[in-house]
Amino acid sequence: MNKLIIVCLLLAVAAVYGQTPPDAAKIDAGKKAFLDVAKVLQSPRCMNCHPSGDAPLQTDASRPHLQNISRKSVAAGLACTTCHQTRNSEAIGIANGPPGAPKWGLPPAETPMIFQGRTPAALCAQLKDPEQNGHRTLAQILDHVAHDPLVGWGWAPGGHRTLPPLTRDKTVAALQTWIDSGGACPE
Amino acid sequence: MAMKLNVNGKPVEVDVPADTPLLWVLREEVGLTGTKFGCGKALCGACTVHVDGAAKRSCVTAVGDVAELPIVTIEGLPEGDVLHPVQEAWIAENVPQCGYCQCGQIMSAVALLRTKPQPTDEDIDAYMSANLCRCGTYPRIRKAIHRAAEAIAAKAGGK
Repeated sequence: MNKLIIVCLLLAVAAVYGQTPPDAAKIDAGKKAFLDVAKVLQSPRCMNCHPSGDAPLQTDASRPHLQNISRKSVAAGLACTTCHQTRNSEAIGIANGPPGAPKWGLPPAETPMIFQGRTPAALCAQLKDPEQNGHRTLAQILDHVAHDPLVGWGWAPGGHRTLPPLTRDKTVAALQTWIDSGGACPE
Repeated sequence: MAMKLNVNGKPVEVDVPADTPLLWVLREEVGLTGTKFGCGKALCGACTVHVDGAAKRSCVTAVGDVAELPIVTIEGLPEGDVLHPVQEAWIAENVPQCGYCQCGQIMSAVALLRTKPQPTDEDIDAYMSANLCRCGTYPRIRKAIHRAAEAIAAKAGGK
């Protein structure tokens, strides 16, 4: 009887904590899914706020922000929200004004999460490196993509702005596939 | 929509749609015309005011979004008859040429000095680059900000 209880306990613990490593099929699926995620991350709607330099990027051409805006401006006290409100300016009748969403801004200088000019493999490594991703777990990254209002603006940017190549739902699904693979990175 | 604002420390009641740009409300409803219309798209900075102590482009800010927050315009900077040190510095350095952008420049400079009491030239350029001046008064703006920083520091130190 005691042995049976111990076996049951071990099985229960294994079910909760002892996830088996992903098999080769899951790893392959994860790598493939991340290639789709990378295309989204490097679309202008995502990449423009994840530049390789300190200046945010603008338009589908991903050119540096006008008015010489950069992280230096923010460090000097000029918040992005000085001009970027919680919704697009068109929402209050101002055509071609600044886009807006809650907490408009760049990633912190310490963890810039650069999307521009990175290979999918480098993007993948960056995304799951706690030192680079602000000590987020993969689940927290998924939540950020799935629920953050500023990230969500990328899929409803308004005006003539192009959309990322995948919908938000499909991006979240691809990220989940990647997470299920243990964060397998494409070569 | 009737709403109560706090402008320059005073309660003000206005009856406008909540999505009306703050700039229109300040100029047309409250009668404070010091804040200027420049581009109307937050590209030039002429319409800069302070909302809850921070610089804000009033031309793209819906009044309903800031109704609960203190708003300060150029008219609210002096204490009684005493001009703000930044305004004094602007006069001392003869900054304005045509003057149209200068109220926005001053409001931005005041906000800058709150976060960077002793800004470097690089800080000034980085912060003020979003306030455009077609007369090109930038060198004098920079000098005036340094002068104001010294004046504010001296005042705080009781000199």
